[in-house]
Amino acid sequence: MSRPAHRRPEYHKINKDLFVLTYGALVAQLCKDYEKDEDVNKYLDKMGYGIGTRLVEDFLARSCVRRCHSYSEITDIIAQVAFKMYLGITPSVTCNNSSRTEFSLILDKNPLVEFVEELPAGRSSLCYCNLLCGIIRGALEMIHLAADVTFLQDRLKGDRVTEIGITFLRKLDEKKYRRKK
Amino acid sequence: MADPALFEFLHTEMVAELWAHHSDPGPGGQKMSLCVLEGMGFRVGQALGERLPQETLAFREELDILKFLCKDLWVAVFQKQMDSLRTNHQGTYVLQDNSFPLLIRMASGLQYLEEAPKFLAFTCGLLRGALCILGIKSLVTASVASLPTCKFQVVIQKT
Repeated sequence: MSRPAHRRPEYHKINKDLFVLTYGALVAQLCKDYEKDEDVNKYLDKMGYGIGTRLVEDFLARSCVRRCHSYSEITDIIAQVAFKMYLGITPSVTCNNSSRTEFSLILDKNPLVEFVEELPAGRSSLCYCNLLCGIIRGALEMIHLAADVTFLQDRLKGDRVTEIGITFLRKLDEKKYRRKK
Repeated sequence: MADPALFEFLHTEMVAELWAHHSDPGPGGQKMSLCVLEGMGFRVGQALGERLPQETLAFREELDILKFLCKDLWVAVFQKQMDSLRTNHQGTYVLQDNSFPLLIRMASGLQYLEEAPKFLAFTCGLLRGALCILGIKSLVTASVASLPTCKFQVVIQKT
């Protein structure tokens, strides 16, 4: 049997980099294929959606999330459990409206952009991490929650922070979200 | 730290999307998609190669480098070692993985055999890229006789 990777710290790092580097190569390839930033953004979102619909099963199987009674609990779980599990970071959560359907995830650190200093020339509207929005949207849809997910602020575009906005579109139906063992 | 599952999910989605995007009815289209995936793998392989510990860059023998890929690099990337390494001692190496992680979720046996090459192109590029950083120019191809076992053939290009 092979040695576990974590015994050698430098290889642990290689594994962490693999996803980030592959993502970078993907964005570079899409920039070659599409001239317009909106098209690249749309494609990243679409791919993220596809990933999200499958990732949610992996997530539910590996975490023991309790039954949620509100959008705010769900957003907390996305930030504190899902982001932690997959990317090793915990964005902070804020609620943006009184009816508690609009939330923001503020990313202080963002592993996806570890090797990106700035957006490529002529790509000022590129949402480099748009895959994340698609993933969240796809995952939520698989648990019967429709939401709009977009970047509200982006450090790569010169904003102070990176902020993902989640807007839940329908009234939460309690029966549809069951606790997974 | 990015969870290993993320890479697998991303890779699967890339294969699906790049394939759909670049494909055209003729065999030329198929080749181009594989080239694109292989090219991306090459870039990533180079980048990973640059991050390897310093002592790995002091290999003397070609065989040591291949052994390194089979053990250390494969463990770092796929959490397992390559299952066998064979060579004709004339610049051709065959690396065999009996349960290649990117094929395991697909099927076992002969089902989806035709689809398998798409799932290997990126990794071929990864190997070629890592070898490049370690000073070796190579041609890497892969073949599958029965999922999830696959063989990577590395042919060293003498300049």
